[in-house]
Amino acid sequence: MSQPTVVRPYGDTTGDGMVQVSFTLPVPHDKRAEGAALQLAGKMGLAPALLVHARAVGPAHTFFIVYGSVSHLVDLAQVQVVERDHPLLTPKEVNAAIRERLRRPLVVVGACIGTDAHTVGIDAILNIKGFAGEKGLEYYSEVRVVNLGAQVLVPELVERAREEQADAVLVSQVVTQRDAHISNTTQMAAAFREAYPAGQVPLLVVGGPRFEEGSAGQLGVDRIFGRGTTPGEVASYLVHALVENGRSSA
Amino acid sequence: MSPRPGTKTPPRTPARVVAPPPPLELDPKVVRRARTLARRLGEPVVEMTRNRTTVSVERATLRLAGLAGADHERVPWVNHLVDAVRDQVGLEHGVTTPVWDALRREEAPDLLTLAQKASAGAVSFRIPDRRRELTAARRAARAAVRPGLRRIDRQRATRERLITRLGDPPQRPWVYLIVATGDIHEDIPQAQSAARAGADVIAVIRSTGQSLLDYVPEGATREGFAGTYATQENFRLMREALDEVSKELGRYVRLTNYASGLCMPEIATLAGLERLDMMLNDSMYGILFRDINPVRTFVDQRFSRQIHARAGIIINTGEDNYLTTADAVEAAHTVTVSQLMNEYFGTEAGLADWQLGLGHAFEIDPDLPDSFRMELAHALLARQLFPDAPLKWMPPTKHMTGDVFRGHLLDGFFNLAGVMTGQSILLVGMMTEAVVTPWLSDRDLALQNVRYVLGAAGGLTEDFRPPPDGFIQTRARQVLSEAVDLLETITRDRGAKGSGSIPLLEAIGDGTFGLMKRPADRGKGLDGVVVRADDYDNPAITMLEEGSR
Repeated sequence: MSQPTVVRPYGDTTGDGMVQVSFTLPVPHDKRAEGAALQLAGKMGLAPALLVHARAVGPAHTFFIVYGSVSHLVDLAQVQVVERDHPLLTPKEVNAAIRERLRRPLVVVGACIGTDAHTVGIDAILNIKGFAGEKGLEYYSEVRVVNLGAQVLVPELVERAREEQADAVLVSQVVTQRDAHISNTTQMAAAFREAYPAGQVPLLVVGGPRFEEGSAGQLGVDRIFGRGTTPGEVASYLVHALVENGRSSA
Repeated sequence: MSPRPGTKTPPRTPARVVAPPPPLELDPKVVRRARTLARRLGEPVVEMTRNRTTVSVERATLRLAGLAGADHERVPWVNHLVDAVRDQVGLEHGVTTPVWDALRREEAPDLLTLAQKASAGAVSFRIPDRRRELTAARRAARAAVRPGLRRIDRQRATRERLITRLGDPPQRPWVYLIVATGDIHEDIPQAQSAARAGADVIAVIRSTGQSLLDYVPEGATREGFAGTYATQENFRLMREALDEVSKELGRYVRLTNYASGLCMPEIATLAGLERLDMMLNDSMYGILFRDINPVRTFVDQRFSRQIHARAGIIINTGEDNYLTTADAVEAAHTVTVSQLMNEYFGTEAGLADWQLGLGHAFEIDPDLPDSFRMELAHALLARQLFPDAPLKWMPPTKHMTGDVFRGHLLDGFFNLAGVMTGQSILLVGMMTEAVVTPWLSDRDLALQNVRYVLGAAGGLTEDFRPPPDGFIQTRARQVLSEAVDLLETITRDRGAKGSGSIPLLEAIGDGTFGLMKRPADRGKGLDGVVVRADDYDNPAITMLEEGSR
């Protein structure tokens, strides 16, 4: 029997469409509030909707739990998924990949360049404290992190990257004026290309909330990460780019 | 006592008649050994801090003398003045002697003007070489710093008066809730409504990265990353708002912030001046998790704890952080070691037992068999080792997933472990941990969870007696003996290098704690450390150590 391509949510019977939602409305708890919750449920496609719980949260808000049959259908044939071109690895897998394939620690040099003093981004990725419940790259036993901190000059960054034999250079730009993050990044990319023989430039990765994720080529870097990127995503990318694809020159 | 808002009927058995936590049969000899080793490790570190000062200690001293405010680029005047003195005569004599010498020579009419002129390079500083001038400068400095300490004393008296009048929370553990919008004017109504919903302690999370700023921002702030900047004005505004709601509720609602990072001494000072009630203040957190230089951290920490001791502030230590990086079962003993070190350093700096809010956390993988029994063993061990400390019990974070239903259950077990083992301060866990910053409804559900467990099981300590040589007692003894082993290893291996070595610093450098290697000659803020000269003088430290008014 072939899989149906159109499905509905499953409560306890095929096709019953049952879902459960909870939300808060900024109204005091009374009959009108409960009516308002049912109205919202109706607009969300729940029919019939069953208000199973309502509770005042302070004098001006009410929390609701609603069960109901949702009228929408899901067409599996129309589901589109954007696949990452590399797998998301756990710290253990990252370490194992580096140990087995690179056979030496992977060296990452990080900095905030230009006048930006906001190390929030680079620290979230590098510091062991990490971000969003994930530990930073310092936590990875096979990654050696050199975090240069804030307001690092580009020549200084290039110098340290050479000294440390960096495999990857991570640069964060959080708060910048008048698109300075763009010019800082292109300058940095140019400086690295000048200082290194062709093909031996370390992997250049920049991150920050103001970058467009698709503009890496334009800025002369290998990869751009946007807001909300976690250390694990960066580590997985580094393994993908440096270890699996054997880009690393050393 | 009136019931909490939202509770229709108060629990029949008031949670305040909680029996003492059940005893563990620990060998008193092992406990004594643990404390002896902690002292042996800590003493050389304290010795080292006595010979050093930092830019932040000197800036904190100027803040006690009333120097506040910042220039148009928001660089605080205390930073300008300390930098100017350092450039001209160095900080090894302390900042106060050259500053009050310059004021005596009428380089400027007052401290603020002196700082402003110094920032433009228009003041010449010196270390007076005549005995009489030196003594006069020091005397003037002492007189100028004294009012700051007196204000801290008055704030402490005010707190005590308010607690007498309004009362402490009716139950233990105290319920600790976090707000963090980034905007102080949003934080205030959130904090007030959290207090009305049952929070006894409000913590305002700091903006990410503030710990690495080598200055304290100024004024009321409305933008922060995942938190609100700690500033003197933000402290004042929030304390004022909580005083208001304390009166309304008939119980004193406490305020918490963070004395950690590069400005630990200054933040502690501002907290004392503005009557904050608790401060996060760990002996090793900044070193391990923020890569702040170990020497800078220990010097800053001692001063900040001396201030906290004077101000009657309860410190909260950060042992929970070890368990977010290392495994909560394998590394359980590192929590005990850190608690012992925090106790030693805290007591040495003058903190009383009731001020030592030592931390620990419910972070064992819930998929492990007997995970809850191990949590009980670890929590009881801390309770018994530190019977008079207001232990801070931290909720699960590492094993919280997007499955909020499972997370809510886990938080319930966390609450249960807290009341069964007599914890003192309970940080309320949110089922949306690792998902979103808490919603209004998340906080309400979390508080219902706490209230249910407190009401249903608050008296359970009376019935709960882990049998001798049972699982819990055995596990607790094992963790304690592993802690003693670790302390012995550090003392023996590193101590063998002969006199002058500081075993604890070497252990930190070797990655003994939290898996991080932090050598004493690396890390942020090292350039702000100065070795004291023989004639170093700091009237704040002198008065704090004398206990004089």
